[in-house]
Amino acid sequence: MNRSRTLAAGLLAVVALATTACGSSSGASSASDDKAATAKSAADLGGMDALIAAAKKEGTLNVITLPRTWAGYGDLMDNFTKKYGIKINDANPDGSSQDEINAVKQLKGQDRAPDVLDLGSSFALSAASANLLAPYQVSTWKDIPDSQKDAQGRWFNDYGGYISIGYDAKQITTPPTSFADLAKPDYKGKVALNGDPTKAGAAFAGVFAASLAKGGNADNIQPGIDFFGELKKSGNFIPVGATQATIQSGQTPITIDWDYLQVSAADTLKGKVDWKVVVPTDGLYANYYNQAVSATAPHPAAARLWEEYLYSAEGQNGFLKGWARPVELAAMQGAGTVDKTLLDALPKVSGNSPFPTEAQLDAAKKVIAANWAKTVG
Amino acid sequence: MAEQKVRRRLDLLGLLPFLAYVAVFLGVPTISVVVGAFQDDAGGWTLGNIGAAAGDPYLHAFVVSTEISALTAVIGAVVGLAIAFAVSASPPGGALRQVVSTASGVLAYFAGVPLAFAFIAAIGSQGLVTKWLGSAGLDISGFSLFGFAGITLVYLYFQIPLMVLVIFPALEGLRPQWQEAASNLGASRWQYWRLVGGPLLLPPFLGALMLLFANAFAAYATAAALTNGIIPLVPIQIAAVMSGNVAVGQENLGNALGLGMILIVGLALAGYAWMQRRTSRWLR
Repeated sequence: MNRSRTLAAGLLAVVALATTACGSSSGASSASDDKAATAKSAADLGGMDALIAAAKKEGTLNVITLPRTWAGYGDLMDNFTKKYGIKINDANPDGSSQDEINAVKQLKGQDRAPDVLDLGSSFALSAASANLLAPYQVSTWKDIPDSQKDAQGRWFNDYGGYISIGYDAKQITTPPTSFADLAKPDYKGKVALNGDPTKAGAAFAGVFAASLAKGGNADNIQPGIDFFGELKKSGNFIPVGATQATIQSGQTPITIDWDYLQVSAADTLKGKVDWKVVVPTDGLYANYYNQAVSATAPHPAAARLWEEYLYSAEGQNGFLKGWARPVELAAMQGAGTVDKTLLDALPKVSGNSPFPTEAQLDAAKKVIAANWAKTVG
Repeated sequence: MAEQKVRRRLDLLGLLPFLAYVAVFLGVPTISVVVGAFQDDAGGWTLGNIGAAAGDPYLHAFVVSTEISALTAVIGAVVGLAIAFAVSASPPGGALRQVVSTASGVLAYFAGVPLAFAFIAAIGSQGLVTKWLGSAGLDISGFSLFGFAGITLVYLYFQIPLMVLVIFPALEGLRPQWQEAASNLGASRWQYWRLVGGPLLLPPFLGALMLLFANAFAAYATAAALTNGIIPLVPIQIAAVMSGNVAVGQENLGNALGLGMILIVGLALAGYAWMQRRTSRWLR
């Protein structure tokens, strides 16, 4: 009696493990899904109304690694759901671009695979060449500058920002305005990056910006690494990965990060921390993220509708509401569809940022991987 | 007879859930790491990843990881042994014994991000203890929690209790009668430890050292939360290539680094198991 029960329980556990290991793969694809999966524009499906109808029928959209406090994504997701009644699953909100690519590869054919991606540029390029992305052109395609999109529409810039210096105005009485300032003895034990530059894109960009300030260029990131090495030696640099929590607790009184994340932190922490944000005068570095539709999206119509939404005036202003600079900003200023109050709230920028090519970025990453820990450790 | 055989087979069947668990959560991932380590992005076979993992800067990471694991294992083992020794001399069933064994059981598994943040909150630059000592005129802000010394300190927080847990049974197994017999035969205390106690304790001590080494080598979250990449440990490098926003298309280099870790940790654990077997001969 007892034994047979153990046996049954054992077999049951094996079956349960086997099923979870395989995951739930469902092949609920209908004719309209197939049509949506290959649609290169809303017109291919018979216009926006047809796209909306197909997306509503799917009823769900799987997004991945979209933090609610990042570039206005919290509101964008809520408003999309409100507008179209499509439920959004946000998987792994604090993940990375590589996590997104892994998810596309590993969850292929499953219901919970990501439909759309928000990728760093090199990841978008590598995913496109691995045929993981479906070509799609949103209705406002012409408003995206040519240099900021793939001609086939496999990826296109969505929003970006500048590397900026944030500081706690209560602790820091003489604020830094440049990278050169950060070396001052006043800032001992106070300067932080947003993470490990061999892993976090924002920290990598911070080092790139410092390099530009210190005589480096798109081909040479080493002066930035050396700069942080000196900051470490003088005790100014603290290797604490800055977050809103470390800002609030006062651990990272000066933080180098994307301006949209810093202004967002300032807004969230209003009344607790007097967080101010400046774009450094000596190292101007901007970067854009990219939207892409997964080639194996389980909800192809909803995926395409999400892109249409993000590139509508409402969606682009939604990024602006998260203090990120939307890619169609210039066109929106021309058409008068941009929200001026939101635009005026952004840190002021003067000068031009270089946009390193993929080859230059790859070279810089190799240099960082080889030298960061050696120089700064 | 026949019934016994059947019974034994049925008992083996009861082991199935565990075996399935091991296969799914240990076997399959290990195989995929090993296979991936020898593949390029397109799926072809290559030794390139192994070559990259064995070269600069990743070789350096293996060296640093080994250094920090060995250092914390040795300090942890020595201090842990001393504590366990002191406690084993206390009366059995006493309060000290209970407190130390309970605390060790809990603290040995207090690791990862919570541990890192506990230390940052206590002795980080804005930490409670730092501020408190500062107001009392003692400045410890010169000590960097975010470097080699900091990691060593934090690792010891779980290494020492683990050592106490692992070595305590061996100390308990040393029968008082052996020492009595030795002194009856005219041995001094020193002679007893040199000729009887020491040789008996050596295998479990070395085994525990291996276990502590493997424990530190595989630790990731604590170091990642504390150092943010300025100390190049192997697990941190793996995270950077496997799930980062910077490196592209280097998943298989991550697999190769993982293979290196599996080999090193596997060797250490094999050493532990071997020493355990020797110990169990006299420890019953």
